[in-house]
Amino acid sequence: MEKFSLLNGLVAPMDRANVDTDAIIPKQFLKSIKRTGYGPNLFDAWRYTDHGEPGMDHSKRPKNPDFVLNQARYQGAQILLARKNFGCGSSREHAPWALMDDGFRCVIAPSFADIFFNNSAKNGLLLVVLSEADIDRLFYDVASFPGFRLIVDLEKQTVSTTDASRVHHFDIDTFRKYCLLNGLDEIGLTLRHADKIRAFENQRTMQFPWYTR
Amino acid sequence: MGQTLYDKLWNSHVVHTEDDGTALLYIDRHLVHEVTSPQAYEGLKIAGRKPWRVSSVVATADHNTPTNDWHLGIAGITDPISRLQIETLDANMREYGAKVYFPFLDKRQGIVHVIGPENGATLPGMTVVCGDSHTSTHGAFACLAHGIGTSEVEHVLATQCLVQKKMQNMRVTIDGTLGRGVTAKDVVLAIIGRIGTAGGTGCAIEFAGSGIRGLSMEGRMTVCNMAIEAGARAGLVAVDETTIEYLKGRPFSPSGVEWEQAVAYWRTLVSDADAKFDREVTLRAEEIVPQVTWGTSPEMVMGIDGAVPDPDREKDAVRREGMERALAYMGLKPRTPIQDIRIDKVFIGSCTNSRIEDLRAAAAVAKGRRVAATIKVAMVVPGSGLVKAQAEKEGLDRIFREAGFDWREPGCSMCLAMNADRLEPGERCASTSNRNFEGRQGAGGRTHLVSPAMAAAAAVAGHFVDVRKLG
Ligand code: SF4
Repeated sequence: MEKFSLLNGLVAPMDRANVDTDAIIPKQFLKSIKRTGYGPNLFDAWRYTDHGEPGMDHSKRPKNPDFVLNQARYQGAQILLARKNFGCGSSREHAPWALMDDGFRCVIAPSFADIFFNNSAKNGLLLVVLSEADIDRLFYDVASFPGFRLIVDLEKQTVSTTDASRVHHFDIDTFRKYCLLNGLDEIGLTLRHADKIRAFENQRTMQFPWYTR
Repeated sequence: MGQTLYDKLWNSHVVHTEDDGTALLYIDRHLVHEVTSPQAYEGLKIAGRKPWRVSSVVATADHNTPTNDWHLGIAGITDPISRLQIETLDANMREYGAKVYFPFLDKRQGIVHVIGPENGATLPGMTVVCGDSHTSTHGAFACLAHGIGTSEVEHVLATQCLVQKKMQNMRVTIDGTLGRGVTAKDVVLAIIGRIGTAGGTGCAIEFAGSGIRGLSMEGRMTVCNMAIEAGARAGLVAVDETTIEYLKGRPFSPSGVEWEQAVAYWRTLVSDADAKFDREVTLRAEEIVPQVTWGTSPEMVMGIDGAVPDPDREKDAVRREGMERALAYMGLKPRTPIQDIRIDKVFIGSCTNSRIEDLRAAAAVAKGRRVAATIKVAMVVPGSGLVKAQAEKEGLDRIFREAGFDWREPGCSMCLAMNADRLEPGERCASTSNRNFEGRQGAGGRTHLVSPAMAAAAAVAGHFVDVRKLG
């Protein structure tokens, strides 16, 4: 998992509440055998005017000009500004995969759905919760200033404007913060105990050789 | 205080425990199939990791493989996604390796939960995982078997451990002797009918009592297979002579001195007499009759001599609504006798009931009879290539064919309809599989879960009949 410490990124707005994982990545794309390549299908039903299926050449599909992420000013955005209960619905881990594959490293919203929250942590996508009032203000900023960026400092637990005129503090559980800062996914965490696992395995092999052969 | 079998298995695999009780559990056996492994292997690759212990992996392709036209080879798989999953498993096996891999078309290929035990790759005292919820099957061998998700598959590949919290201990005791024509499938359906699909949530269920002791290993696997349908992530049966007899001489069973050592250890894999269970349920074997599900959840089940229940008589509003929805989906009227339900298709197979004993039971009913003219297809899908070969050696294939059944190649087949075998909307099926959920066997398809003998009897009659009365 990639380490997350300081992100200075372009912000894109997703101005609706209760965006569910089916909207984030529609179910027909779950048949893939990969965990990458979902980027073009992030918000597929909103992004294109036709119906998408896996295996299509998505670069040739008709784009919906009204969809916010299709606007030129938001190309290359790494921070998604969202409304409450983002990521509700099915448990698919493809939702954070798709967001990250499309270049997002951080989502800022007033609240997130539980499973999406956990799945994001497993995959190194930072979710930041700010108050409704702060989020309103940020939506206003994004709309008003093309090229609006935010600096997300995980170490200091702050989201600030590039001129540091406004600094929002956010909470994150220490364990999750530790994992993100060190690029430790669940596997990385377990592997901190690699010596213990090896010792257990050796002991088991001596006692019951038929199990580990 | 004494320990339960689950306690013993748990304690012997804990590598490390966090303060909150979360443990790292060492995994002995990792069963891999084509549907839930691709992203796990890709994740390994992206992170630049290697599998921790390749010798733990036993792999096969089963969910997507076709059950006919094997002479066409991989070209016979027309769905490009199914084909890609199978080819990806081939590629991952080439790159990463395994203790053994039974690819599509191999004579030992089969449903992952059938091939593990029959090859002696599932042994008492092990922890077994697989990216499939019916991994509970393997608990019949007194091993701790968990179904896991794709992220966990990757985690086990990379670390040989599973992050787990300990479950509660539950014991379901079946006392007495099963009546003639009553099988392990009827036992487990009756249990689910009693405790409900959430009855075992958060528990490991140990199945015990003379009714379970009297079952063959095949029967015990059928019971543990459906532990997950009762909400339990793991099912268990203690080791006894039947277990040990079954394992003797299997390809991956220990041999020589090691066999003796192993058996001595395995005999300790029983719950202590003074062990305490968090929950206990007891059923009388004599009271269990052949079962048929009538709804869209395995707990919606009835004895063959019963009738479809009437939602109007259900006081609980939520349950009533669930029953009404199920009956609408199933196209059934309240109070219809189960024996009057006519069917269109019959499926004998799946990791619940596709072992040799299941096929023998179905063949015994089919012998000298004919599939009813109203049945569109009655297919028998052996659980593995070895089961198929054994059945053919015993002439069961001939019995089935002469009776008008289709005799197919091994795989999951119409259990979940990922390959070409499926129900069309509205079609009604007597199925020996484990899930009667809406659309499980094909969109709009209607599934009734039964035992192999009951499925064969329904095929012959064109509707459900009491197999005990066939003579
Ligand atoms: S037979 Fe059915 S339940 Fe068993 S592994 Fe295959 S798909 Fe899953």
